Parts: sequence; C-alpha cells; structure tokens
Amino acid sequence: MDTKPTHDRRQFLQSTLAGIGSAAIPMSVSADDYLEPSMTTPGQPFTPYGMPSPHEHVQRLLEPPAEMAWPLTGVSFTPIESLEGMITPSGLHFERHHNGVADIDPKSHRLMIHGLVKTPLEFSMEALLRYPRVNAMHFVECAGNSGGNAGPEPPQGSAGAIHGLISCSEWSGVPLGRLLDEAGVLPEGKWILAEGADAASMSRSIPLPEAHEQAILALFQNGERLRPEQGYPLRLLMPGWEGNLNVKWLHRVKVTDAPTMTKDETSKYTQSLKDGRALQFNLILPVKSVITRPSGSMTMNGPGFYEISGIAWSGHGKIEQVEVSMDAGRSWTRAELVAPVLPKCLTRFRLPWQWDGKPAVLQSRSTDERGNVQPTRAAWKTPFSSVQFYHYNAIQSWSIDSDNSVKNVYA
Amino acid sequence: MLSAVLLAMVAAGPQFGTPVDSATVASWDSSIPPSGKGLPSGQGSVAEGQVVYAQKCVMCHGVNGAGKPADPLTGGIGTLASPKPVKTVASYWPYATTLFDYIRRAMPISQPRSLSNHEVYALVAYILSVNGIVRKDAVMDAETLPKVKMPNRDGFINAFGAARR
Repeated sequence: MDTKPTHDRRQFLQSTLAGIGSAAIPMSVSADDYLEPSMTTPGQPFTPYGMPSPHEHVQRLLEPPAEMAWPLTGVSFTPIESLEGMITPSGLHFERHHNGVADIDPKSHRLMIHGLVKTPLEFSMEALLRYPRVNAMHFVECAGNSGGNAGPEPPQGSAGAIHGLISCSEWSGVPLGRLLDEAGVLPEGKWILAEGADAASMSRSIPLPEAHEQAILALFQNGERLRPEQGYPLRLLMPGWEGNLNVKWLHRVKVTDAPTMTKDETSKYTQSLKDGRALQFNLILPVKSVITRPSGSMTMNGPGFYEISGIAWSGHGKIEQVEVSMDAGRSWTRAELVAPVLPKCLTRFRLPWQWDGKPAVLQSRSTDERGNVQPTRAAWKTPFSSVQFYHYNAIQSWSIDSDNSVKNVYA
Repeated sequence: MLSAVLLAMVAAGPQFGTPVDSATVASWDSSIPPSGKGLPSGQGSVAEGQVVYAQKCVMCHGVNGAGKPADPLTGGIGTLASPKPVKTVASYWPYATTLFDYIRRAMPISQPRSLSNHEVYALVAYILSVNGIVRKDAVMDAETLPKVKMPNRDGFINAFGAARR
C-alpha cells in the first residue's frame, strides 16, 4: 500500500460558500426574535477538555476501506478547505500510518542513541522532559501529497481529498543535536537512522549534519503532548523535509557511516525518471500553494463578492509571494500574505474577487525566499516517469462554471 | 572562582542520558545496511522459503509474489524505462539486504517480528529466486545475502547533494 491518494470516493464533506455572497435582506424583527434560547436558560457545565461545537462536523477524510490492502496502512486527509489561518487543529492533522497507531506508555518508552558514538545512551521520556526546549511552527507534508494530480485525469473531490496530506503545528521539544553531542558522534558518523516503535518499525536515513542542526525531538504539538496519531510520546521533526522521515513513536537513533537503504527510502519515496532511473534522497519538499476557498466540490453562490483564500509553503524557507490568476494563468495578481510569514510553515494568503458569473479558472503560484517558483503541471511532469507522483507541487487549477460548480482541472 | 565553575556547568548543559551496554544495543538494533553488517547467524534455502511463503505471505502478496491485494514482489524487470513501469522488489529494489531488514521488522503485517531469522533468510531466498536473481538451489546467510546483485542496483541517482545547496 502506498501513499498515492485515492479520489473517486463519495463526497464526505459537502462544503459550500453559503453566506459569503448573499445580499443583505431587510426584515422586520419582533422583540422576541432578539432573545435566543441561550439567553433565557443557563448554559452547559464546565468540561475538563473542550470539544468542537456539536453543530460543527469538520473531520479528517478517511480512505474507503474497500480500497485499502490492509486497513491499518494508509492515510487520512486534513480538510484544508474547512480550516482558517495557519495552524491545523491537532485532531485534524493528517495521518500516514504503516501499520496502525502505536499505543505507547510513556513510562516505559525510551529513546536510544547508538551506533557510531562514544557512549550509547538511552533516555526516558521523563529525562527528555528535563532538557531545555525549543518551539517552532512548521508544516508536515507527506511526500505523496497531491499525487493524484500526477495521474492522467484530474481527480474530483475537495481540496483536502486532493491536497490534504499537509498540516501545520507548533512543535516543542529537544534539539536532537544536543543529545547527539551528549553521546559523542565519532568522526565516521555521516548519517543517522531513525526508527519508530510502531508495528512497521518505520525507519529512515537522514544525513547527519542536517539532522544535527535541524531535527527536533518533538514532545508537544500545539501546546499539549503529541497526539497518538502524531507519534506520542516522541516524534522526529525535520522541518520542511519529507513527512515520512519525521519518524513517529521514535525510539532509536543510530549513527551510521552511510544510509541504511531502508524500504521506504529505496522502494518508496524515490522519484522515477522517464529513462528508468530514479532520484533518491531528494528530501526537501518544494514550494507549493493551493487555493482552499473556493475549491473542488464547493458550490458558488452566483455572481458577487468572494474572498479567495489559500495556503502556501516551502521546505526551503519562507514564502516570498503568492500570485493568483482568475484566467488560467494568463494574468496574475499578487495576493496578501497574512502575518506571520515563517520559514517551513504554512502561510495564509487572501485576495478579494468580484465574480461576474462567467466560467473562470483559479490558480495560485507561490515563490519562496530562495526564488523557487511553483511549476505548471506540464513542466512538473516533463522529467518524470508516468507512475511518479512524489513531491508533486504543480500549480492547482480550479474551474468555476456558470452553474456555480467548482472542479479540479488540468489547465 | 565558584562562578566560573557554575558557568562551565551551564555551558556543558544537562546530561540526562543513561549509558547502555553493548548487549542491550544489540538487542534493539535490527537494521541491516547494504554491507550486511549485523546480519544474524543462520541460513535459509529457496525450498524452505517457498513453504513459509505459502503459509504466511501468499494471501497478501499473491502466487509467486505477483501481488494483490498488497504490493507485487516479483516481475517487472526491464520495464522501468517503459511507459508503464512495474516496480517490484525484483525490478526496482537496489539491495537484497533491504528485503531482509524489512521482512524481519514489519512482516507479516498481522504479526510483525514473529518470523525467525531462519524463516527470513529463506523468504528472501525464495522471493529472489522467482525471477532468477538467485538460483533455485541458493542458500541465503550473512555471507551470501549482501553479495546478491539486484537488477536495479545502479538505477538510483543520489540527489541529496542537491538538497544541501
């Protein structure tokens, strides 16, 4: 089972733009109409852990079980079309599991650092919680995100169903470099192998200098301890790098002289070229954006005012600019970037739009601070084999028709 | 003078790791790199692997490793540059050691880490024999496994240098 999303599913979330374009209708209101029931009756009691309003039904999109070879290996998608701002609620962070969500008791869980080090060490979670911490807001994206758009026909579904293997959180934890220094890396150490304590022992190799400099051993997500689906009690975070190597349920870091060549860095997460060879260890996620409102499977409310809004990100740093086109890329307008604009983090963009009701194709094109620009789909496809879908970051096109429908198109 | 000592302690930082002995490290470390370092003792033959495969693998990976519902393990050799590449263990995986490493830690998916080293060696031998990557009389062990030359061994471009720039 691979990460390639499936799209010919039922619409789980019927998103609409209700209210956005509706004109104000004058009405006469009686005095009683001002009194909502909640104003005349005491409310609900205090709760130890708050939940969304019972009127809200925003959920992760699950893969249809019939399309899964094994029900515990697959993904669930973040409903990006229903979210605002830059932070993904922890319960809506996308999932990618290789054999279910590990259930781990933090009292018995340990992290071992070994291999080419002076002193192999192990750390209890209690010990890790005593170290000085770092906090950072970063996205995590599956390297297979949006891969359906690499296929011959545009998959139809919500923005989340197509691009929802992207989430963004505030992560807090201990720099891996500090613990590597404590163990004492030997001069021959050039790579690390990170292994999870899940039922796949998910393992990936990462070059040592970057792991030492950038990796965070994350204990907290959005202010609270990690969710089980995100690797409780400990995950590796390599900001901006392939989601797959952000190993969850982390329990072992081995310093090695070369990549271990695990299954997920050889048979998967490698990019096949037309000539039959494949790129390996292409680990940083490229610059990307998607308009989330309006987006696939939504229904427009007829001509009038709309706020176009979406998210942009790059594994190489900060987003420099996002341009939006309403005419399939013939003309572009710069969108407003919503502060704060942080490196390797989701950036929200907005642009007001008066829709005249005629067919339109909306696109967004992001540029990062290193000058990387999102390619067209045709340019993205050029070097690759027909089956290659990893690191898909081409410009997304949403076709808006005069019947108010919004569809995914290749334009 | 006291403050200098305190400063040195702060600079050294907290050290809460506990040293681990080599036996504990060995019991945790199951990963096998292309060199084969860490491969356990024991061995397994193609014939033995065929028996284990029929018992524990065929229901997901199909007869002769042809796949469905899970990934195909065999076939596809020579298709990678074609319009419809077929990626399998046989056609795509660059190292036989990866197969040992992955089967031992993750398979069978309903009972990971339940196979003996003998069974894992045998399964590797059997799967590689289907397309003739090893002979039908091959025996896999710590010596022979790292020497297996996979058909796509030289099919990868290390792009990580580009990632550094």
